[in-house]
Amino acid sequence: MSLEIILFIVLGVMGIASGFVTITSKNPVVSAMALVFHFFMLAGLYLNMHAQFMAVLQVLVYAGAIMVLVIFVIMLLNLGDEEKLKEKFSIRTFVAVLFGIVLLIQFVIIFLASSGSNVLKESNIGSVEMIGNELFTNYLFPFEAISLLLLAAIIGSVILAKRKVD
Amino acid sequence: MSEFLWVIIESTIKAVIILTLIMLVYGALGVYLERKISAWIQNRIGPNRVGPFGLLQPFADVLKLFLKEDLVPTAANPTFHRLAPIITLGVAVAVYAVIPFGDYVTIAGRNIQLGLAPNANIAILFVLAMTSVGVYGITLGGWSSNNKYSLLGALRSTAQMISYELSMGLALVGVLMVAGTLSINQIVIQQSNYHWNIIYQPLGFILFLVAAFAETNRAPFDLPEAEPELVGGYNTEYSGMKFGMFFLAEYANMGTSSAIMVLLYFGGWQTLVPGGWFGFEPGSIGLALLQFVSFFIKIEIMVLFFIWVRWSVPRFRYDQLMNLGWKVLLPLAIANVAGTGIVSLLLK
Repeated sequence: MSLEIILFIVLGVMGIASGFVTITSKNPVVSAMALVFHFFMLAGLYLNMHAQFMAVLQVLVYAGAIMVLVIFVIMLLNLGDEEKLKEKFSIRTFVAVLFGIVLLIQFVIIFLASSGSNVLKESNIGSVEMIGNELFTNYLFPFEAISLLLLAAIIGSVILAKRKVD
Repeated sequence: MSEFLWVIIESTIKAVIILTLIMLVYGALGVYLERKISAWIQNRIGPNRVGPFGLLQPFADVLKLFLKEDLVPTAANPTFHRLAPIITLGVAVAVYAVIPFGDYVTIAGRNIQLGLAPNANIAILFVLAMTSVGVYGITLGGWSSNNKYSLLGALRSTAQMISYELSMGLALVGVLMVAGTLSINQIVIQQSNYHWNIIYQPLGFILFLVAAFAETNRAPFDLPEAEPELVGGYNTEYSGMKFGMFFLAEYANMGTSSAIMVLLYFGGWQTLVPGGWFGFEPGSIGLALLQFVSFFIKIEIMVLFFIWVRWSVPRFRYDQLMNLGWKVLLPLAIANVAGTGIVSLLLK
């Protein structure tokens, strides 16, 4: 067994385990920290595929920025344990389960259809130079469109924050 | 497999040496310098009992911390209370994976890099990622203590670090545009013959310096542990070596920020005097030692600056801190990026 396969198994198992902790834990802070750990395992998997840039962005953006804000909000609101909430069957749960099943079937179909043909061959697909070149040549329009979208979101949040409460 | 084994052995030896250096240079020397310089500035004598000139004082301090009782508040979350200092110190140390301490040495035909992975393609982004992850240690420490002052200190620290991370990253973009690479070792090599980046990026350096003060929670940005308001901030409920780990991480972070500034703006391990004066060949141990010493002299000068500022400047108010971060540093950083872009386009 090569080193890459060993690393893949270790990172994959720990990533899935932390994902389970995220959705099963009753304590919101434990959930959030498990998710952070999960992002680190994902970053490790990217590194394993020689996608250094993707790996470091995974940590920088998701673990370092987004999850910090999530934890910030959890602590500010001082959310109690979820156990106090009453568990009851609602239409929302039913729809969620339905969508989950559909997604699972899709995954199974994709796995069965591809069966190893879609494996990445290029080794430096995730390097900074490759991604930069692709973004500013082939994908320039979507890139600029996304930046406009983000700008709109920033302006929107500023306007919401500046609104006076009567 | 023997090549793989050799890599593991080499990395382990390097890691042990780097860890020892961090403990000794940043932990021991940093604390000693801080106490001695603060004493000079405040017209006191400072530590002078343990060892010659009080040089062994930091070791006595650490011994005391080890022997202290480790208290965990009853209402605290014990797991996260234990985890928080480990995260803080671990992240502070992890940055050294990508920091080069010198060029290479040739031993028995092998070119050995002075650093764990100094040629990593994404080194600067890795440093930024680790700084942003460092917030978790402080946040969790404050939250898990179940103490109002701790929580407030942690929240302040998080808000402060998130705000200043932006200007820090944008200030770095200027250097990256000049260098055209994310690898720290490449950036250092480009600064040979005293063509230090500070000449090309003076504004970027000042922005990075201010942001680094805020990121390391040092005065005048030490609001997370503002004693008159918050008792001790996020580490109020910590004692013994857990407090020691937070304390050491603070000094390690200060050293890291200094090291990054030296690497990006002051030529990193480029020697202070030309290696040719002593007849050192590239790859020889003599040149490596000279580079190593030059690097640490530069770092210590930056650390002295950090300490000097801490004991000279009063603390900001919280709204002043946020105004400075968002309304002064961020626009200036964006202007710096735009200016660098225009100038490098014109010079092409």
